[in-house]
Amino acid sequence: MSKPTINWAAIDANPKFQALHRKKTFFLWGLMIFSIIYYFMLPIGAAYFQALFKVKVWGVVNFGLLFALSEFVVAWVIAFMYSKKANGEFDAMAQEIINETQGA
Amino acid sequence: MTKLNKYALSVAALCSSGAALAGTGAVADEFKWMTFSVFGVIIAITMAITFWAARSTHTTSEFYAAGRSVSGIQNGWAIAGDYLSAASFLGIAGLISLYGYDGFMYSVGWLVAYITVLLVIAEPCRNIGKYTMGDILAFRNDPKKTKTVAALSTITVSTFYLTAQMVGGGVLIKTLIGIDYEVSVIGVGVLMLAYVVFGGMKATTWVQITKAVLLVIASIILVFLVWSPYGFSLPDYLQAVIGDEKVVAQVAKLLGDSAAGMSKEELGQRFLEPGLFLKNPIDQISLGLALVLGTAGMPHILMRFFTVPTAQAARTSVIWAMGIIGGFYVLTLFLGTGAAMLVGSAKIASVDAGGNMAGPLLAQYLGGGENSLLGNFFLAFVAAVAFATIVAVVAGLVLAAASAMAHDIYVGVIRGEKATPKEQVVAARVSSVIVGVIAITVGIMAKGQNVAHLVALAFAVAASSNLPAVFLTLYWKKCNTTGIILGMVVGSLTAIGLVMISPNMTYPKAVIASAKKVIDGEPVQAAKEAKPAVVASSFVCELFAMEGCIASAPAKPASPEKAAKLPVAEKLAKLNEKVISIEAALLNVSSDLVLQKQVQDELAKTKKDIAAAEKAKAKAEDDLKKFEGQTTSIMGLEKPFFLLKNPGLLSIPLGFLMVILGSIFTRDKRAEEMWDELYVRQNTGINSEQASVH
Repeated sequence: MSKPTINWAAIDANPKFQALHRKKTFFLWGLMIFSIIYYFMLPIGAAYFQALFKVKVWGVVNFGLLFALSEFVVAWVIAFMYSKKANGEFDAMAQEIINETQGA
Repeated sequence: MTKLNKYALSVAALCSSGAALAGTGAVADEFKWMTFSVFGVIIAITMAITFWAARSTHTTSEFYAAGRSVSGIQNGWAIAGDYLSAASFLGIAGLISLYGYDGFMYSVGWLVAYITVLLVIAEPCRNIGKYTMGDILAFRNDPKKTKTVAALSTITVSTFYLTAQMVGGGVLIKTLIGIDYEVSVIGVGVLMLAYVVFGGMKATTWVQITKAVLLVIASIILVFLVWSPYGFSLPDYLQAVIGDEKVVAQVAKLLGDSAAGMSKEELGQRFLEPGLFLKNPIDQISLGLALVLGTAGMPHILMRFFTVPTAQAARTSVIWAMGIIGGFYVLTLFLGTGAAMLVGSAKIASVDAGGNMAGPLLAQYLGGGENSLLGNFFLAFVAAVAFATIVAVVAGLVLAAASAMAHDIYVGVIRGEKATPKEQVVAARVSSVIVGVIAITVGIMAKGQNVAHLVALAFAVAASSNLPAVFLTLYWKKCNTTGIILGMVVGSLTAIGLVMISPNMTYPKAVIASAKKVIDGEPVQAAKEAKPAVVASSFVCELFAMEGCIASAPAKPASPEKAAKLPVAEKLAKLNEKVISIEAALLNVSSDLVLQKQVQDELAKTKKDIAAAEKAKAKAEDDLKKFEGQTTSIMGLEKPFFLLKNPGLLSIPLGFLMVILGSIFTRDKRAEEMWDELYVRQNTGINSEQASVH
């Protein structure tokens, strides 16, 4: 497989690539930071907010149990949000850059 | 050991198969044939897969990466199969069955870890990498140096994880069906080597997929059986769980003195509240960090992303893996609580103190119990899936370690990338055999050792060494060779060093003291007043046992006076006298069937007590012999200096810091020049490794 030499610096400087980079950075870091904070709320809550975790919400099901279950839901929602955004937007932007590079 | 076995056999002959659990495996002898048949069928399926995969495993790309032809969904199942190791599949159900809420909370981190994998690791690694973590690091850094360090780190992490799996697997199979530990370890090793050496990544992938599918099916059936009597209502089901006598008794036992004055309802409800198992929040945060950042640095997980054709497929695979893994942990909540309610913690812990048998015993119960055909079929099925789990996980780890040895060290460093394709495949197969033989040897040598902490240590090293290096190489322009080497060496050595001086190690003084308590008995303990919780005098004192430090301690409730405990020999003598008198009584009540049943139950209970006392005595004597004359741990400490079980809280930031410092203070022209290419490629996938065409 012989590959043509590609001017990587030129792609890096391409406004389209810069736009992709900016969008991705913002979106990914937002999700990442949110998910880490949400996750660590569980052990911290279980240790320091036991009174809240013991409040019965739904029959014998207490707040702590629902919060632990919500961790799963939140993880899945984050995965879904990311894949939707990446499949719809990031992939198309990357494809445009690839087409430009290989067309040139 | 033989004494115990003999004893268990004689008890088994006397009463029911219940007592046989102690020495000859959870499966009664008359059902062993069925267990072996189920095992045989599953092994035959995996062998057929290997035979089929071997026909298309010739090149290096096929051996290490299944020709990059695994689809996203398939890879998602394979990741789940790789990840749901015996530790998480049997261990978490066990923790929930013994400790309720805390066990479930523990499972959350294992799923959240995949968010890191999805957002920052999977796609860039697919676009940049070839076969190993070393390839990713060598892209812009000095190839020989970084490949050497990356391979050493990969082999270290894999070996820790492998040892835990091999030992866990040997013990598990012994507990379930009574095959000797050594035979189990060799069996796991040989089977796994057959998959890896002949079928490479393709066979490993399909064994993992098969196992994940079986595991999910088995769990769904069990959860259906547990939950359906309550009309699939969560509150109704949990109400039944916490209303159960056995659950209430377990909570009362865990709480000890503070259970006094609590009503039955309060005790049951406590099962669904935090704090029965995980007592040190700082340690939990430390473990959480190691999980969330370590999974993304596990070499066998990273390697899975090289098996798919594109970055999009890598993305799909993580999404599927998250669905399967998360769904499985939610099912585990039902498996664990179901086992606590139906089987009972006392019985679960009597077979395996860590609770690992909760799932298998629940399966046996749901099928109709110890003496039923269906119950033992269920047990055999779950046991066989557990066995397949260990073999599949070990295969993935061996492949990761072997690729580091063959591709990074031999081909990359020793041969300077000049090996012919044929030599590379031979090197890969030879390395697999070497790693496999090491795994079997270490597994046998580590018999009887406490290896539970090795899983946590593997994650801690991956999070402190691999992740900072991979992450900063991918996302930080200034990152360079010096930084990578410094970070990986300091990160992994800190993680290992802290564990060596942590409470995970064995401290002979404490072991001898508790063994002496059993042998010599305990004097009367005076009543104690309640003590409030103590907060450590500074944050450093939370982490280290330093001079002048006040260590933190949880609040202690008031305890009443405790009666003296007899030395174990006297206790046994008394119990044996009791057996004789009960047996005499049995002759007198032969006319009254109800009374006869009562006396027989009493007899069975006493015999169980004897078995437990014998076990405690044997263990205490064994410990005294093993640690005779020793006062310090292998690090020369009388008690732990580092107070957390998990080193992540310190070693992970240190790993990152060292990569950053090493990079700031040195210059590396290649690392800077390659940045544009690396960054464009990881985001667009231009020039990434293509799927091989068949």
